[in-house]
Amino acid sequence: MDASLLTENLSYILPEIVISAALIIIVLFDLIFHNDKRIIPYLAVAGLAVAGFFIIDQFSFEGSAFATSSSANNFGMITVDNFGSFFKLFVVCVSILIVFFSFSSEEIQKTFDRLGEYYALIFGMILGMIILVSASDLILIYLALELLSLSSYVLAGFTKLRDRNSEASLKYLIFGGVSSGLMLFGISIIYGMTGTTNLYLINPLLQAPNLNLITVSFAMILIFTGIGYKISSAPFHFWTPDVYEGAPIVITAFLSVASKAAGFALLIRLIKTTFVTFTSPDGYWQLINAFDWQALLIIISIFTMTLGNFTALWQNNLKRMLAYSSIAHAGYLLLGLVVMSDQGLTAILIYFVFYALMNLGAFYIIMLIANKTGSEEIDDYTGLGSAAPFLGVSLAIFLVSLTGLPPTAGFIGKLYIFIALVDAKMIAVAIIALLNTVVSLYYYVRVLKHMYLQKSDSPKDAILPSTGQILFILILLVPTLLFGVYFTPIVTFAKNSISLLGF
Amino acid sequence: MDGFPILSLLTFLPVLGMIIILFLPKEQSNTIKYTTLVITSLQVVFAVILLGNYNYGAGGIFEQSSFQFIEKFRWIEITGISWIGTVKVDYFMGVDGISVPMVLLTAIISFIATLSSWNIKSQLKGYFALFLLLDTGMMGVFVSLDFFLFYIFWELMLLPMYFLIGIWGGPRKEYAAIKFFIYTLFGSIFILLVMIGLYFSATETIASGERVFTFNMLALMDQTNYSPDGILSPFNPENMRLVAYIALFVGFAIKIPMFPFHTWLPDAHVEAPTPISVILAGVLLKMGTYGILRISYPMFPDITRDLMWYIALFGMVNIIYGALVALAQKDFKKLIAYSSISHMGYVLLGMASLSTTGIAGAVFQMFNHGTITAMLFLIVGVIYDRTHTRGINDFGGLANQMPVYTGFVTVAFFAAIGLPSLSGFVSEALVFVGAFGQESIRVLTMISTLGILLGAAYMLWTLQRIFFGTLPEKWNKLLDIDKREYAMFIPLTIIIIFLGIYPSAMLDIMNTSVNTLVDYVAVSFQNMQLSGF
Repeated sequence: MDASLLTENLSYILPEIVISAALIIIVLFDLIFHNDKRIIPYLAVAGLAVAGFFIIDQFSFEGSAFATSSSANNFGMITVDNFGSFFKLFVVCVSILIVFFSFSSEEIQKTFDRLGEYYALIFGMILGMIILVSASDLILIYLALELLSLSSYVLAGFTKLRDRNSEASLKYLIFGGVSSGLMLFGISIIYGMTGTTNLYLINPLLQAPNLNLITVSFAMILIFTGIGYKISSAPFHFWTPDVYEGAPIVITAFLSVASKAAGFALLIRLIKTTFVTFTSPDGYWQLINAFDWQALLIIISIFTMTLGNFTALWQNNLKRMLAYSSIAHAGYLLLGLVVMSDQGLTAILIYFVFYALMNLGAFYIIMLIANKTGSEEIDDYTGLGSAAPFLGVSLAIFLVSLTGLPPTAGFIGKLYIFIALVDAKMIAVAIIALLNTVVSLYYYVRVLKHMYLQKSDSPKDAILPSTGQILFILILLVPTLLFGVYFTPIVTFAKNSISLLGF
Repeated sequence: MDGFPILSLLTFLPVLGMIIILFLPKEQSNTIKYTTLVITSLQVVFAVILLGNYNYGAGGIFEQSSFQFIEKFRWIEITGISWIGTVKVDYFMGVDGISVPMVLLTAIISFIATLSSWNIKSQLKGYFALFLLLDTGMMGVFVSLDFFLFYIFWELMLLPMYFLIGIWGGPRKEYAAIKFFIYTLFGSIFILLVMIGLYFSATETIASGERVFTFNMLALMDQTNYSPDGILSPFNPENMRLVAYIALFVGFAIKIPMFPFHTWLPDAHVEAPTPISVILAGVLLKMGTYGILRISYPMFPDITRDLMWYIALFGMVNIIYGALVALAQKDFKKLIAYSSISHMGYVLLGMASLSTTGIAGAVFQMFNHGTITAMLFLIVGVIYDRTHTRGINDFGGLANQMPVYTGFVTVAFFAAIGLPSLSGFVSEALVFVGAFGQESIRVLTMISTLGILLGAAYMLWTLQRIFFGTLPEKWNKLLDIDKREYAMFIPLTIIIIFLGIYPSAMLDIMNTSVNTLVDYVAVSFQNMQLSGF
């Protein structure tokens, strides 16, 4: 590989380089100036901002880096395209919010002396995610997934304040270990059959006439195990409630939004580059007959959302309830993929933007309330509506948005999913999803019921957020309402971000 | 009135009031009350101005040119990729003869309900803010001509209503509030699904000459806009129009509420505070029947014709069932709630006739039901405020103790029974005449007339039990109605008597539009038959 080619290849992975550099700087800074830990969050934001700048720079720019010498048409390990850039930008933006989120977290502040460690691990996750969303080689995908997982295992039990932190971490590790092992097995089968790990090169090989389809299906189901675990879709969701409940709220929020997005990006890229022959003019993907993704995903998505919604009905802990609600949302998001069309893909991207706003918002307010009351039990929210008027109203809006009622952004996200379903003539699936929405209303509204409808026996202390906290909530709240009535910018952005290299 | 956005003003004036209230300090309860009163009276003023400038000769229904006070501009526009083309949603408002009575009704009832809210004691700020938000949602539904906009307003009122019942309601308020919420959301998901289906079945030509999918209600009514392969297109041999019609109908029927989807209503009414019952009975229920007339009828004329017998059947069941259950009630408010279900049956029956007389009767009945039932709930509220009981058998002989109150009650009761010279008579008579004229539903109409008899029975029996006989000892200190209550009853009484004597005042408003609607349903049905569908 000559020098000019190397420079060109490196220019494709500038965001990844920036994140890695920031990670190293944070570790070194923590080692050298261990009395100035306050600076570390700002370093983190600066690193993310620079990475964000390079990602924006990469939009409307396509390429493939680090091609092996044997690959004829120059498809490498890393792909730069609008789709990847969208998810990278998404991850970076969410991460910036998470840094500010951590400022207000008492759990994180209690472990102040390990702040350097905390941010180093966060950056490990970020690096894993942004490589994951642009990797087009099964080996690199696996490595990125492991980087992401290992960092999150530690973060889930980071605070070590309570037993359930360690329980969360251990459960996460065991489930993660098993599913990534299965995934690796699937990858090895695919490699055995095709002789390559590059997604683009696997595509033509899967169209060969004498392929053993049962083996391909087996391998794909194994690979899906690894991804299904990341996006917490049923039946790989068992870790989700325990980890979400046990982990610090910041990490729960991060896992439920960014990690899920990275998993989806991987799934979409895997299906689109490996199994799609071409996209017809009306936006529908023509799939190779080797494996029936649509059938698998329909079953998985219906199962996921129904299970998530119905189990959420019985939860008494708000964090645990939101864990099941995030499983249900994974089900809705999968519906966008079920239709196998560009329209569905657009819907997924739109949904993710709105989902991030409302889910982060809900978790943030739960954290502020838990900081004061020390509890996440729904019963302890009784009468909070008058004790914390601003937090109460904001939480109500975020929950209504999660339900998907107009005029909030959550409605638009769901609307686009349903539009994609109806366009694909999957009316029955759409009806099941809509009935699920009605079920979900019950448990979201239950929180509102406790906050506003019920009177608490003992008067509650007022909870007054600081100006910075109010500002942070508004940053999430205003778009949640605004995009509910004027969603053009997000939809346009999502539409321009659905192109994958080669498709 | 050219260019003056009176419909937006009517719709968003309450939001303005809500914002003002949110900035007022909690302690200034009188300022909060008067702000709401000023806003709702302004709404009445604007509604009257609207009526004053309304051209009675324009039909509306399906053509934009004969709608009035139109406001239309591009709200959402997404250009780009070929496979969806341009996505566009218009902010499109306008009124015709079917919506003007509803706009008037909404303004009047909101004003009366504000007066009736004067006794609300706790958390005034939240109450009036939600009340005004609810007002916006209701007004918006009646003036929207874009399905998307309509749906946003339709859903907008769910949440305020939930809180208004749930926070300020009676002992079982939580149950009643969530039941209302879940039932209505269940209905609206079907509306949403049909809305998306229609979106993909029809296209509209926009200014640039391009054809794009549309939420515009008027474009969705025009059969020529439908593409041959749309799932709800009449030209698609495998279309799902029948299923969609039923889904849409169920969505609206839950709101009416039509048997067997009515069970949320008695709970909601019994637990809701008086002003919210007034809004619920006065305006909210009308949104269901209005939606059927505005959306189901003109967009699915073929299926409307096929299913008219069933619509009439459900109308009949509503009338008889509601009346029979009302007869058995011991709770005054529950009795009124079931009588309200019974009276909404007349609206369904009138609509099912597909004749000018019947539909005019139905729209008129919607307005009259709004005023009469609102008054009945106010009557219950007055007695409940004083005695904190609603048991019919707890009373007796109130006529001597509260003569003025008894006077108003008598007017309202007789209007509900349908005594000539009161407004309820005219609309019910029109409904029966229209429905009787339609041969296929004649038998159902004849059975339905029993409802009048039953209505008279439970109303008169109630009147007798509460107001005649001997006064129990404990009620001999009850005071007759005060000035604020006069202010609530007098406008409604005037409307009821005036429209009973001179019904043309209201019928003239809707006449052209109802004719247009009947013609439109008949003609497009014939066209479809001629072309073989």
